[in-house]
Amino acid sequence: MRRIISVLLENEAGALSRVVGLFAQRNYNIETLTVAPTEDVTLSRLTLTTLGDDRKIEQITKHLNKLIEVIKVVDLTEGEHIERELMLVKVKAVGAQRAEVKRTADIFRAQVVDVTGSAYTVQVTGTSGKLDAFIRAIGELSILEVVRSGVSGLSRGEKVVSL
Amino acid sequence: MCSGGGGRARIVVAFPQGLVPGSGTGPWSQPGSGRRKWSVPGLEGSQPHMTVQSHQVKDTAVERLSGGDMLIRALQDSGVDYIFGYPGGAALHIYDAIFKQQRVQHILVRHEQAATHMADGYARATGRPGVALVTSGPGATNAITGIATAFMDSIPMIVISGQVSNELIGTDSFQETDMVGISRPVVKHSFMIKDASEIPSVVRKAFYIATTGRPGPVVIDVPKDTTDPAVLFDYVYPETVKMRSYSPATRGHSGQIRKAVDLLLTAKRPVIYAGGGVIQGEACEVLTELTRYLEFPITNTLMGLGCYPATDPLFLGMLGMHGTYEANMAMHHSDVILAVGARFDDRVTNDPSKFCPNARIVHIDVDPATISKIIPAEVPIVGPAQPVLQDMLAALRERIGADPELLDRSAHQHWRQQIAGWRRQHGLDHKMMERAVPGASIKPQAVVQCLYQVTGGEAFVTSDVGQHQMFAAQYYHFDAPRRWINSGGLGTMGFGLPSAMGVKFAFPDAVVACVTGEGSIQMNIQELSTCTQYGLPVKVINLNNQALGMVKQWQDMQYGGRHSSSTYQDSLPDFVRLVESYGHVGIRITDPADLEAAMREVFSDKLRDRLVFLDVSVDPDEHVYPMAIKGGSMCDMFLSRTEQS
Repeated sequence: MRRIISVLLENEAGALSRVVGLFAQRNYNIETLTVAPTEDVTLSRLTLTTLGDDRKIEQITKHLNKLIEVIKVVDLTEGEHIERELMLVKVKAVGAQRAEVKRTADIFRAQVVDVTGSAYTVQVTGTSGKLDAFIRAIGELSILEVVRSGVSGLSRGEKVVSL
Repeated sequence: MCSGGGGRARIVVAFPQGLVPGSGTGPWSQPGSGRRKWSVPGLEGSQPHMTVQSHQVKDTAVERLSGGDMLIRALQDSGVDYIFGYPGGAALHIYDAIFKQQRVQHILVRHEQAATHMADGYARATGRPGVALVTSGPGATNAITGIATAFMDSIPMIVISGQVSNELIGTDSFQETDMVGISRPVVKHSFMIKDASEIPSVVRKAFYIATTGRPGPVVIDVPKDTTDPAVLFDYVYPETVKMRSYSPATRGHSGQIRKAVDLLLTAKRPVIYAGGGVIQGEACEVLTELTRYLEFPITNTLMGLGCYPATDPLFLGMLGMHGTYEANMAMHHSDVILAVGARFDDRVTNDPSKFCPNARIVHIDVDPATISKIIPAEVPIVGPAQPVLQDMLAALRERIGADPELLDRSAHQHWRQQIAGWRRQHGLDHKMMERAVPGASIKPQAVVQCLYQVTGGEAFVTSDVGQHQMFAAQYYHFDAPRRWINSGGLGTMGFGLPSAMGVKFAFPDAVVACVTGEGSIQMNIQELSTCTQYGLPVKVINLNNQALGMVKQWQDMQYGGRHSSSTYQDSLPDFVRLVESYGHVGIRITDPADLEAAMREVFSDKLRDRLVFLDVSVDPDEHVYPMAIKGGSMCDMFLSRTEQS
């Protein structure tokens, strides 16, 4: 089962390598990973998605918690949550394709953020599923390049992960 | 290792026999955790008695020290008496700081791996963190095996590695290696000094992390420029450590302890399964009290040996792959298991899906990740063994005191009789020494039995890895903790001699024996030279079967007797002449009739101050039994070459 694990950790050199190393060392899988400092620059917030049954996820969260620089670990998928991913797609846009790409972008509430005579760059945000759907809708043949940010997320409601 | 142009300083330090190291208290233990008393039962006569002074002196002017001096001063203030290490270019400022002081003694080893094992042996024997110091590059990489050994067995250790100067990092400079990166999977934590001013606080944190929670090794990587003698800083050793991201459990959850008590009271066929965490957590006394109060049978893991007196009737011996028949049978047939400081290692459980089918499990461990990792626990309790067991014992006393019928003593009596029957049926033969036939080959088990008798069960016994390790674990009965010192988790050959040396530095008056084999001893035999330099009279008992015995045993049992690369084709050295060339005493025996006399000679007063190497030619065809049958349950064992359980 796919899980979104959110980690609050010290914003220190080497902290990220310990998280990534843990996954490699223990044969856990990282599907996506995103990390950046928070409003408090001494802290980083890391979100990763992984696959595993309950037992594996329990081990992952326990081992993450053991890392000295990790402050909090939350499995967002345990409760109601919001997840977002950002994607930039460079698409071939020549002749009739130009209108088609624009229409598809509108349907997905995506924005064209760069234009040339033969290509559009489209920005899409949403759940990973929505991003996948956009790629299918545009069609692989017209896609020139894709970059995705990986998933970020927060719990719904008033629950927060903080110091 | 390979001093980068700086040359190796030959540091000769006389080691007076009377010098007793150690500090009464470790100032790195957190305030409020109480002043921890370091003691080894039965060794009150040689108690460490050093005191730590500088951090207690307040109101003096702040000293100005270089990074190198601060590092050594911070080690002093952390209660360190010995550093085991090897100099080299990147560490030379630190070595100069060592030269200028007296309080911390540096022990020059012959290989960095040995330095880490010495620090490790010192830590296992005393409970205080061992300290190793190595240079960058090959010095650092040579230390990795020892760090991994300590990591797998949760041993507190500080490893300081020199590093090339900050401006050279990342340029593939001479003797540069990414020590923090290479060591990352095998440390509890690591630090890279970025600015010399951090040194005192990093050292303080390193000791705190290494010794609290589930202990483990901590690496401090020190770039050469941060130890520059020309740059001075205000030296302040932090009184306390505050880390918002690290707060190990200090007590168990009282509700969970209540649940555990409820479960224990339902038991008809209980077993206590205790591991190294009981020793690390200083919980041996309370565990013994609890076990005797309940009269539950108890088994120890390889790492836990000594946490419960081996000569006590409730003790079943070691469990697991080479555990006793009765311990493994009792585990398999139990209805309640109280696991304390043990981690259900694959060398214990055999096939986890067949593990103890009727057992309901209480699992106490300070590391939550250990609980339910392999075998799901019905009642998990996260916390240090000592306070958890104290709370549990108090709750049991209260409940049973109010209603003695709560404990089904007659069922327990019946259960203990059943176990005694198993022991009579297939228990270990502890009379192999007495039954030896003169002129026949010497049985390795008999050598350990003889060692046990001659040392009165009082020795510190270190071992290497292989058949000799299992024979030592099976036949030397440890009645006190911290006396059995071996590499359990990583299984590191070459561990025995240097760890024995670490123990001997910690307790110079104690009897320290290294039980080894001709394979393992050659993995760190160069340390015989270190023993000469510091006059370390450890005793080496070499069970020489002229083969890599455990490998050969597996090849006998699983590979049709094809001994692929497990023998040496007559290339073994003459160990007696070898140790004599280092200035030590060597004795070789081949006849069981000579065993006892030779063993007495090794431990005689006459040779008290000499390293003695007893090379015993043992039966090359001996196997270790019992041995778990792969893929079976705990009660599936080979009992001899021809019998199965």
